[in-house]
Amino acid sequence: MPDPIHQFDLHRILHINIGGWDLSFTNSALFMLLAVALTTLFFFVATQARALVPGRMQSVAEIAHDFVAGMVTESMGKGGMKFFPLVFTLFAFIFACNMLGMIPGAFTVTSHIAVTAALAALVFLTVIIVGFAKNGLGFLKLFAPSGIPLFIMPLIVLIEVISFLSRPLSHSIRLFANMLAGHIALKVFGGFVVMLLGAGAFSILAPLPLLMAIALTALEVLVAFVQAYVFTMLTCMYLNDALHPGH
Amino acid sequence: MDVGSAKLIGAGLAAIGMGFAAIGVGNLFGQYLNGALRNPSASDGQFGRLIFGFAVTEALGIFALLIAFLLLFT
Repeated sequence: MPDPIHQFDLHRILHINIGGWDLSFTNSALFMLLAVALTTLFFFVATQARALVPGRMQSVAEIAHDFVAGMVTESMGKGGMKFFPLVFTLFAFIFACNMLGMIPGAFTVTSHIAVTAALAALVFLTVIIVGFAKNGLGFLKLFAPSGIPLFIMPLIVLIEVISFLSRPLSHSIRLFANMLAGHIALKVFGGFVVMLLGAGAFSILAPLPLLMAIALTALEVLVAFVQAYVFTMLTCMYLNDALHPGH
Repeated sequence: MDVGSAKLIGAGLAAIGMGFAAIGVGNLFGQYLNGALRNPSASDGQFGRLIFGFAVTEALGIFALLIAFLLLFT
């Protein structure tokens, strides 16, 4: 059976070795660069017109802005807009990487735990640093919700700390596992089509897994958007905890 | 029993966990539709929360699938 796992292999395009560190330019780096280039190009061209009544392309850019700005102000209030560049960048990068992966034969950058873990670690460290910078030691009030009787406070604090530390884990694995599972499923059904075509009499059934693959592709396009949205939404919620600790 | 066979059985068992996540997702959409049929004007405002709730619930099912894949492919 065709292997569904080898599509995630990294291939070095440009071998770069600096002092024993393998810093080669891989297919992952290529698609990350492509995602950044396409996003930047799109928003640059779309905002060139600067019309008061926007044309089609400028409308798309404005809708994207309002969508993320709405998310930010809903979670963090007015003061949250200073995090808007970070949040919008995360959303645009993850969305672009997920969508680029839907092109047949392309590489899905976010299907590697290294990439999603780096993004989640970025958010986690930002939350901790901003939390302590803004609130000092008052940031630790996050782990001691108000209105809890004193005698179970130690248990509650322990549970809150563990659930706080598990945030980057679930944050990164959610995006990674969704992309991985989606692409493995697509490859498996593609493999079924090939297997049926090579099975003589049964090749009449080959369109069936193809239809499933088409339906799965549609679902995966939706998942690409939803996972970018959920990653960004959770980022906003975690940043809100940094700005306003205490439930 | 050798390790390879045990891994395959474990992968099958892990995939069963997705059923519970499926119940959760169905529950979410069912409750949303219930509310939307009672109060249609409020349904659009809550749609974003529905999609968010769906994604975090689905994530747990996909964590189970991830364990199955880890057992199958490594």
